[in-house]
Amino acid sequence: MRDKRDGSRARRATLHIFVALVLLFLALPNLIVVPISFNPTTIIEFPPRGFTMHWYERYLELPGWLDATRVSFITASLTAAVAVSLGTLCAYGLTHCAFPGKRLLKSLILLPLIVPSLVLAISIYKLFIQLDLIGTIAGFVVAHSVLAIPFVITIMSASFRGVDPAIEKAARSLGANRLRTLWRVSLPLVLPGLLSATLLAFLVSFDELIIALFISDPFVSTLPKKLWDGIRLEVDPTLAAVSTILIGVSLGVLAIVAWSRRHIEESVT
Amino acid sequence: MTLVFLVPCILFLALFFLLPVTSFLVRGFFDPGLTLRNYARAITGEIYLLILWRTIVTSFLTSLICLVLGYPVAYVVAHASGRTQAVILAFVLIPFWTSILVRVFAWIALLGRNGVINSALMQIGITDAPIPMLYNNFAVLLSMTHVMLPYMILPCFSVMKNISPSLTAAAENLGASPRRAFLRIYFPLSLPGAAAGCLLVFIISGGFYITPALLGGANGIFLSQLIEQEVNSSVDWSFASALSGILVVVTVSFYVLYERFVAFDDDLGEVQP
Repeated sequence: MRDKRDGSRARRATLHIFVALVLLFLALPNLIVVPISFNPTTIIEFPPRGFTMHWYERYLELPGWLDATRVSFITASLTAAVAVSLGTLCAYGLTHCAFPGKRLLKSLILLPLIVPSLVLAISIYKLFIQLDLIGTIAGFVVAHSVLAIPFVITIMSASFRGVDPAIEKAARSLGANRLRTLWRVSLPLVLPGLLSATLLAFLVSFDELIIALFISDPFVSTLPKKLWDGIRLEVDPTLAAVSTILIGVSLGVLAIVAWSRRHIEESVT
Repeated sequence: MTLVFLVPCILFLALFFLLPVTSFLVRGFFDPGLTLRNYARAITGEIYLLILWRTIVTSFLTSLICLVLGYPVAYVVAHASGRTQAVILAFVLIPFWTSILVRVFAWIALLGRNGVINSALMQIGITDAPIPMLYNNFAVLLSMTHVMLPYMILPCFSVMKNISPSLTAAAENLGASPRRAFLRIYFPLSLPGAAAGCLLVFIISGGFYITPALLGGANGIFLSQLIEQEVNSSVDWSFASALSGILVVVTVSFYVLYERFVAFDDDLGEVQP
């Protein structure tokens, strides 16, 4: 009896150590990049020799980086707006209306995520050459929205399904049409999902690289594209500073989503 | 009324997704007249078959390694208490939401000749010369595993958390050893999640471009890099389209297979003992 318990305890300890190592493996890149960005030496090394904000200053001073950040930020914001508008409307239609071919439509909507992003990037590149949308923010927004919309529809469909249909029926019976019901009744109820979808769409666009590789031009390119150029041409710790900033953006977005969801859910209940 | 909700989105996707993608994929059948020449070239050319093989093998290996590393993590998360569960999930989700470029750059910093690992090994004295760990298949495999692990852990976890702990408890009460209870009861029930994870990792790895482009060797390119070369360097749109067509067909087929496992998972609501 005692042997059995000791055995299982040793087994459990091994399992936990193994899992801890895997989690360390997952965290390693993020942990490495941050100290490197504060290291004074020009080569990439670890452990860091000192502390400096030099690389962050370079990020702020060299013209290309701030421009790229601006393009990324504007594109991501507009993408979020477009994707959330189109996607939420579509999700509402999917969850509230009955029509033939719904399953086909659902598969169609997921296609942008299934088709390899390289193929999508090349296809859009080919189209944008003809439409003269290369190197334009409008082009970026359109392309990124294609990627973001399936995410938005997935999240908002789940959110709408969580709303008690009785509430909407009550609104309808009091005379509101579908559009008004959506705007005044359903949307406020799915605010957490709406926030998640918006921030997710923002992040999808902000971090997107493959499409940007094809539809950027020397004057208008995104932050990931600039980082890609840096990695290919000249690796220096400025890239670590930019990487740390990107990590900060991702973490910030995740934190806002987590905090707001809890905040909204608490105020609704 | 339905149309008002659906039309803007469908129109948008049709115009900016369906149209360009089908237009590009159809290109593979024209050169310029209707012909299968490009597909024949893609399937028979020795260089191309090598690249295809390398892509498939690396994706398969990534799947396997992710399964071995990810399944135990999912198991521990599924059995963890609320607080521990949240912490472990954070460890899984934060890299998931970090830009892939940041992670690739970190691997360059880690694996380079003067990188973190080589410097550490040489300082400790394990090795005299830096080990070439970068710009080869090893680096690609390592980075792909790192990126794909959450795609394995999350499906496994979502299936595992629905497996009632009373099942293994009942088996042990009836005399089974913990190992037997796991192998005969728990493992088979968790299989749909593991299968879904493997398929997902395989599908996504197959289309990888950024990781092999930045971390791979110059002579060991992957399918996606070949396609990119055909578009940007050779400007052979028809051939690029044929190669993409093969990639898309394989990807979509495996995705359909994946969907069947996910649907199967939904039916797994109750378990017949």
